[in-house]
Amino acid sequence: MKQINSKEEYQQYVDQKTPNSPILKNCFNSFWVGGLICAIGQIIFEICKTRGIDETLSYTIVSIILIFISAFLTALNLFNKIGKFAGAGSLIPITGFANSIVSPAMEYKSEGYVMGVGAKMFTVAGPVLVYGISSSIIVGIIYLIFNTQSITLI
Amino acid sequence: MDWMMVLKAFILGGIICIIGQILIDKTKLTPARILVTYVTIGAILGGLGWYKYLINWGGCGATVPLTGFGNTLSKGAIEELKNTGLIGAFTGGIKAASGGIAAAIFFRIYRFFGVETKN
Amino acid sequence: MKKIGNQTYVLSKPVNILSTACIVGPKEKDGPLNAYFDQCLEDEFWGENSWEKAESKIIKETVNMAIAKSKIASSAIDFCFAGDLLNQCISSSFGLRESNLPFFGIFGACSTFGEALTLGSITIDGDFATNVVCAASSHFCSAEKQFRFPLELGNQRTPSSQWTVTGSGSAVLSKDGEGPYITALTPGKIVDMGIKDANNMGAAMAGAAQDTLLCHFKDTGRKPSYYDAIFTGDLGHIGKDILIDLMDSKGYNIRANYNDCGVLIFDKDAQDTHAGGSGCGCSASVFCGYISHMFKEGKYKKILLMPTGALMNSTTSQQGESIPGIAHAVSIEAQFPTDLQS
Repeated sequence: MKQINSKEEYQQYVDQKTPNSPILKNCFNSFWVGGLICAIGQIIFEICKTRGIDETLSYTIVSIILIFISAFLTALNLFNKIGKFAGAGSLIPITGFANSIVSPAMEYKSEGYVMGVGAKMFTVAGPVLVYGISSSIIVGIIYLIFNTQSITLI
Repeated sequence: MDWMMVLKAFILGGIICIIGQILIDKTKLTPARILVTYVTIGAILGGLGWYKYLINWGGCGATVPLTGFGNTLSKGAIEELKNTGLIGAFTGGIKAASGGIAAAIFFRIYRFFGVETKN
Repeated sequence: MKKIGNQTYVLSKPVNILSTACIVGPKEKDGPLNAYFDQCLEDEFWGENSWEKAESKIIKETVNMAIAKSKIASSAIDFCFAGDLLNQCISSSFGLRESNLPFFGIFGACSTFGEALTLGSITIDGDFATNVVCAASSHFCSAEKQFRFPLELGNQRTPSSQWTVTGSGSAVLSKDGEGPYITALTPGKIVDMGIKDANNMGAAMAGAAQDTLLCHFKDTGRKPSYYDAIFTGDLGHIGKDILIDLMDSKGYNIRANYNDCGVLIFDKDAQDTHAGGSGCGCSASVFCGYISHMFKEGKYKKILLMPTGALMNSTTSQQGESIPGIAHAVSIEAQFPTDLQS
C-alpha cells in the first residue's frame, strides 16, 4: 500500500475500505414494506368510502389508524425490527413519524414524565413539525401575495 | 372495494419509499433529516397544487408517506387563508394536520399496556 | 521508571496484575468468548429500573469481584482509576460511591481501560501506591441513548457502525505478586485523521493506533514478532484492516499476531454487529476475560494491549467536527523482560 500523506488521501482510502450499504436489497425491502403500508391505508380508505365518510375525513382516519398501529408495534419492540429490515419503507410513511415520537418517549421514561417523556418526545419529530408548519405558513403567505388563479387547490 | 386503487397505492407508496432509501444509503442523511426533507417537499408540492395529481392517481400511496403530511399542512393553510384571510396561513396548517399530530402524541400506549422498554 | 525514545516508559519494578474480573451482557454471552467471562447477565437491566443504574451496578460488582479474587482487603487498595462513556463518568462514580476507595474518574473514551492501567502502573512504580484497582465499563443501551437514537426508533445501522459492548472489566495491580507484569507503557498522542463520520469509528481511531504502535516499536526497538499477540481495543473489522495496511506502509507486518478486541467479542455474521464491538467495556472485558485467561494457561507470554478511543461527543459530531482518536499501549509479559533494562 502506498503512503498516506494527507487527510484527503486518508478519507479516500477509508471510503474505498468501508463497505457500502446493500442498496439493492434495501431498496427492494423498502419498496414492498412501504408499498404494503400504503396499501393497508388504501384498504382502510376504501372501507371508509363504502360507509359514506367524506374523503378528507377518511384520509385523517387512515393516518390515525396507521399511527395507532405503529405506536403499538413500537411499544412491543417490534417496530425497530421492522425498521431495521425495511429502512425507509417504514420510516417515510406516517408510521415512521409516530415511531419517532413514541420511541424517545419510551426511552426517556426514567427521566420522569415532564422533562423525560414530555420533553424528549419531539427530539426527532420536533424538526419535522417545525419545518412542516413553517413551510406551510410560507406557502400560505406566498399564495396570499400572488393570489393567482393558476395555483389550484386540491 | 377498488382493488386497482390498492395496487396503485402500493406502487406509488413503494416508489416514494425507494427514493428515501436511496437518500439514506447514498447521502448518509440521518432519519430526522430525511423526514424533514420529505415534509418540506410535500408542503411545497402541495402549495404549488401538484401533489393532488399524485393523490388522485395513488390515493393513500401519496397521503400516507410524510410528503402527504406536508401537503396536508400547506393545503390547510391555503384553504383557511381563503376563508379567514392572513391569519388563516397560521392556523390552517396545524388545524388540517391536527388529527395526525394529536394521535401520535396520545398513542404512547405503552403506558396503558405497561410494556417495558427492552433491547 | 525511565523514559526511552519519544514516549515510551519502562517500569523499573514489575507491576503485577494480581487479579482480573469481568461481567458482560446477554449479547456478549452469545458471542465467541463467552467461556472466558466471569459472569454473563441475562438481560440489560440486571434488576435495576434504568440502564444507567444497571451500568453502575455492573462496574461496582466487577470491581468487587476483582478485589475479592485478589485476596487483598479492600482497605489495602490505595487508589481506584475508573471510567466509562456516560456524561461526567457517572457510571463509575455512582457505581463506586459506596466502595470507600480513593477514586479517580478518568475519561479516554473507549481507551479508558488502557489509560487506567497506565496511570495505575505509574502510581505503583513511583511508590505512591502498593495496590491499585483499574476499571472501565460501557453499556449498549445507555450509550445508544446518549450518542445515537432511541433503541425503539426503526432505523438501519450502516455497515461501518459498531456495537457498544455491555460489560465491564476490572484489574487489581500490585507491587507484589507473580505476574503477569506490566512492563512498558506507551501513552498515546491525540491523532485526528479528519474522519467526520461518527458511524465509522474504526477508521477515525486507526490513525491514533498506528501512531502509538509505531512509537512503541521505534522507542523499544522491538519487532511485531516480539509479542505473542497485539490487541487493539475496538477498531472493529474496518479499523483492523486499515491498521494492518497503515503499518504495512511503514514497513511493519503485523498480520500474523495482531487482532482486535472488538472483532473477537462478537460473531459478525451470526450476531449482526456489523463492524464489531466498541466501548470502554470492549477492551476491558476481553482483556480481563479472554486475554488474562490465556496468560494463566501459558498460551500468551508477551502481549501488547492497546485500547483505542474516539474522543468525541454527540455535540461535536452534530457540529460537523472531525473525530480525534487516541490509543494507549500497555506491554504485558509473564516474565520481566531484559531487553529494555540496559
